[in-house]
Amino acid sequence: MTRATLALRHELIGLLGVVERNWYLVKRYAIWEVTWFVWTVANTLTIVFIAKGIEASGGSLDVERETTVLLIGAVIWSYLGILFEILTQTVGWERWEGTIEYTFMAPLSRAVHLLGMGMFAVIYGLLRTALLFIVVASFFTLDLGQADYWAAFVVLVIASISFLGVGVMTAVFPLISPEKGTQLGFIAQGMLLVVSGVYYSVSVLPGWMQVLAKISPATYALRGIRSAILDGAGVGDLWGDIWPLLVIGVVSIPLGFLIFNRGEIYAKRHGMLKRSG
Amino acid sequence: MSAVEIHNLRKEFRRGGGLGRKGRRTTALDGVSFAIDRGECVSILGRNGSGKSTLVRILSTLILPDGGEARLFGHDVVAEGAAVRRFVNRVSVEASFFKKMSPVENLSYAARFYGLGLHETRVRIPEILDRVGFPSSRRDARMEQLSRGTQQKVALARALLTSPVILLLDEPTTGLDPRSKLEVQDFIRDIREAHDTTILLCTHDMREAEILSDRIGILERGRLLHLAPVGELLARFESESVEEVFLAATGVSFEDDWDAPDRLEVTK
Repeated sequence: MTRATLALRHELIGLLGVVERNWYLVKRYAIWEVTWFVWTVANTLTIVFIAKGIEASGGSLDVERETTVLLIGAVIWSYLGILFEILTQTVGWERWEGTIEYTFMAPLSRAVHLLGMGMFAVIYGLLRTALLFIVVASFFTLDLGQADYWAAFVVLVIASISFLGVGVMTAVFPLISPEKGTQLGFIAQGMLLVVSGVYYSVSVLPGWMQVLAKISPATYALRGIRSAILDGAGVGDLWGDIWPLLVIGVVSIPLGFLIFNRGEIYAKRHGMLKRSG
Repeated sequence: MSAVEIHNLRKEFRRGGGLGRKGRRTTALDGVSFAIDRGECVSILGRNGSGKSTLVRILSTLILPDGGEARLFGHDVVAEGAAVRRFVNRVSVEASFFKKMSPVENLSYAARFYGLGLHETRVRIPEILDRVGFPSSRRDARMEQLSRGTQQKVALARALLTSPVILLLDEPTTGLDPRSKLEVQDFIRDIREAHDTTILLCTHDMREAEILSDRIGILERGRLLHLAPVGELLARFESESVEEVFLAATGVSFEDDWDAPDRLEVTK
């Protein structure tokens, strides 16, 4: 094997190591996973029932369509929450366990380390999101006969690249602020979705927020997935939402790595990697 | 080429800063210089807060120094961190594991970070756990169910699993019961003999330093006061024990506070 092949093999094994570790943790905290899922279902239902509530109070709307719109918004909110939480754990959980120094002194490039966390987050997030969609949808009578689930899946996977870039940027917060950094990840998630039309059309936002919506990957993800589920749009029909996601992904991933790298240098300069912070 | 070369290494931290306040400056290392030959074991003795852990963290690429230079087998720890990380490992006072995971799970994923594949770890992990005297019946227990001494054995196994050429030991036996302490010390000797590993041992256990090392250094308030073989230190201070040497060299007594006072400089 050449030196380059060996180095690549080493990094690939390291990447699998990150996924493997997270799988062990899911197994060991299985009962908490179930508890968390039940909470997510309850939380999602509180949002999705809003359409029926409006109709019951005399409002006029296409209940079935609006229920599906809200369901997709809530499910994507949950998916983003999983992604950001797992990426933020890159630092937060490891600092709490005291393993952070051992991970950061291992000969694994930070990009591969973060990609491993991202890869696990996407696989785990997609499975949980699909399950959440099925469970919550079963509470309602929705006609999803024309939905193109494959196209929705493709849009979500492509959007995940951009989400990971943003998630890596937020993962730096616990590195530079051990006490409050984790919460900043939730703030980023909320900011991203509020401008992206999570439960409403982007057109209802003030002008300056609509400008922000244009650079948010969640805008294109929500619009694309809704078109696929509600109108049966295929992958080809969704190109208008896919290409901005690809562009944002190409920019956000390297930018995320760069920001994390600067954060890591700051943490190493100020001795912030140790357990106590 | 020396295994470890340190020249005029300096590090200070700012603590207690906030809005409008820069906080106080604490000197952790103040111009430390020394070298360790390949296969040698050097112990650094010092009180709590004397700079031992900062030294280990700089050599582990976990802290960036403010000045000076540290090289491991010629590789600069700052500029060539990735190369350094390939041949260094560390055992610290805290075993540091995912506590809900088993020893085997913790060792497996850690080994992957060093490029060890599935087959390799399946063979090597049981071998290494046997070598450190870890009971096979406890391999699937959660780390949190194991005693401190047993956890520390897993920490040694983790370090050995990656075949480090340089092993950094930061108070590896602090808080262990006498039996576990002896077992860990025996294992450190075994590693050195079997693998020609270069060892830097930071401790405040004088006896441990004496029995394990070729040379002993005394670090006080970030300054390396002395570094010499045990016999030479005893002769230099006309002492009969390393304890006496340490007390004479640092000027502290048993009645003094064993946490070294910070070398402070308050800044606005």
